[in-house]
Amino acid sequence: MHIVVCIKQVPDSAQIRVHPVTNTIMRQGVPTIINPYDLFALEAALELRDKFGGEVTVLTMGPPSAEDSLRKALTFGADRAVLLTDRFFAGADTLATSYALATAIRKIGETYGVPDIILTGKQTIDGDTAQVGPGIAKRLGLLQLTYVAKISALDLAGGTIEAERRSEGGVQMLRTKLPCLISMLEATNEIRRGAMVDALRAARATIVKWSAQDAGVEDISKCGLRGSPTIVKRVFAPSPRAEKAVLIDFSSQPPAEALIAEVFKRQPKLEAELVALARGF
Amino acid sequence: MSEPTKPAAPAGRAATKKELPDHFKGYKHVWVFVEQERGQVHPVSWELMGAGRQLADKLKVDLAAVVIGPDGEATRQAAAEAFCYGADLAYVVADNLLADYRNESYTKALTDVVNTYKPEILLLGATTLGRDLAGSVATTLLTGLTADCTALDVDADGSLAATRPTFGGSLMCTIYTLNYRPQMATVRPRVMQMPERVQRDTGRIVTHPLGLVEDDIVTKVLSFLPDRDSAKSNLAFADVVVAGGLGLGSPENFQLVRHLASVLGAEYGCSRPLVQKGWVTSDRQIGQTGKTIRPKLYIAAGISGAIQHRVGVEGADLIVAINTDKNAPIFDFAHVGIITDAIRLLPALTEAFRARLSPHSRDRIAS
Repeated sequence: MHIVVCIKQVPDSAQIRVHPVTNTIMRQGVPTIINPYDLFALEAALELRDKFGGEVTVLTMGPPSAEDSLRKALTFGADRAVLLTDRFFAGADTLATSYALATAIRKIGETYGVPDIILTGKQTIDGDTAQVGPGIAKRLGLLQLTYVAKISALDLAGGTIEAERRSEGGVQMLRTKLPCLISMLEATNEIRRGAMVDALRAARATIVKWSAQDAGVEDISKCGLRGSPTIVKRVFAPSPRAEKAVLIDFSSQPPAEALIAEVFKRQPKLEAELVALARGF
Repeated sequence: MSEPTKPAAPAGRAATKKELPDHFKGYKHVWVFVEQERGQVHPVSWELMGAGRQLADKLKVDLAAVVIGPDGEATRQAAAEAFCYGADLAYVVADNLLADYRNESYTKALTDVVNTYKPEILLLGATTLGRDLAGSVATTLLTGLTADCTALDVDADGSLAATRPTFGGSLMCTIYTLNYRPQMATVRPRVMQMPERVQRDTGRIVTHPLGLVEDDIVTKVLSFLPDRDSAKSNLAFADVVVAGGLGLGSPENFQLVRHLASVLGAEYGCSRPLVQKGWVTSDRQIGQTGKTIRPKLYIAAGISGAIQHRVGVEGADLIVAINTDKNAPIFDFAHVGIITDAIRLLPALTEAFRARLSPHSRDRIAS
């Protein structure tokens, strides 16, 4: 069995700061991490491999420095890492990204064996779109199961997979055919501590690096900024409200009392409603 | 000698100046995908009808609902209801193969209707269903899709300006799909205001066939397990919400938030870092990637107020912020702030509210 896991290297959003004067992102020194949602996909892939045998290939598209995230994925136990890196990929929106990744997955199939399952996280923490997974599936003509909480059965000989998919009002139990793309829901597993042997292997492993040409991209105009139907016209920090928060002065009474007085002064009807609400509990 | 360094040519941006290709010029009208699952229309669809109505009025075009579902009363009812929320017409694909949401059948249904009747704007709710479907449809149509918009507008030239948070929610950006149609966008539940429902007669309904048999659809639904009502949090619709952030310092301190919420009969929530740290489950997350709330009172304890959080709470009538950092961005959009340590204030606030709201103090309220 061959599983391809798509990961993305993202800035650690907890560390992003906006410059107070220029309102621009201060990217310098912001550490990068593997998109946390992708770790659930990676662990799911490793668990399937441990159970059914086979190989796990991790794939990312990004700048040369994205190699760090791939190497990290190898320390968890992935067998192979492919980095798709080329200036032609820069500025890609989700449609252009799915084209590049789908092309690379085809090439991975030709080179290392056709994957049975493509796994992704449910979304990234920097873009938050959840669009690239479905985009890859559509471009490869694969079936997709998104927001999967659990892969409940896999029949490699019969070429079927069963999974529990989160929907708005409940859980769908679905069966579909391989190969397919699955996006894993968060908190569905916990990424393993990599074994020492994997850490040693990862340190000296060769990361496969492909340019657009290496990956078999035939139409460069479908990549990067040129291949992106959407364009970002404006980036801005939201304007503060006209008046800032009124700060509670609690020099003359306890802060809790002062705060409650201000709340009910502004929302006179709220107190009666809260009494009614509180009695319901 | 080294080559002179040139600034990188903005290759792709040059293309944005082009006129809309001829074959897209016939694309007209604003569409809203009406999401129904198991006989229930998701409220986000009606919220989008409100937003879609404004876009259609500005563009002086029609607003259409697209209703996809099983052949029966629920789908008929959803289409009829769409007119009460402002639709001028409805496209309906009704087929019993559409009883359960499946990506293959719904993608075909929606893609076919778009290719046949050619809308310029297509809006969907950013639910698990809407996001699954929108990504597939946009890729099939090779058009642009902007996820999780917080504001939608049309420019002087009629293009859709879709604004959303970016960089993990630390800045906002406005995104255009200039040379492709339809211009697609998703919006999360509760971001747009629910329009008033006005009883109206059913208008023009255009039916479209699905054109599939069950054997064409590979994915099979084995069963469906509805969520128990008790497991559903009412966070998005609560009148009072108390939430905590990293300022609480430890997972144990999060119970201070739950205690206050319980005294107020409120729902509790948290900011994104607490979910990422595993302190609180993701169904309690408030913000761009969590729930959008519109309570009468929102108390944010130890939350700094990143944009990602801000966009989820701006609809609250009264926002109260408790934070030790007087420069925290939350004081830019809260109405009332108190600069103090939430860990110390929350227990006092809980007791003070308990005393004030207990039945014994009702005389005071009456007076």
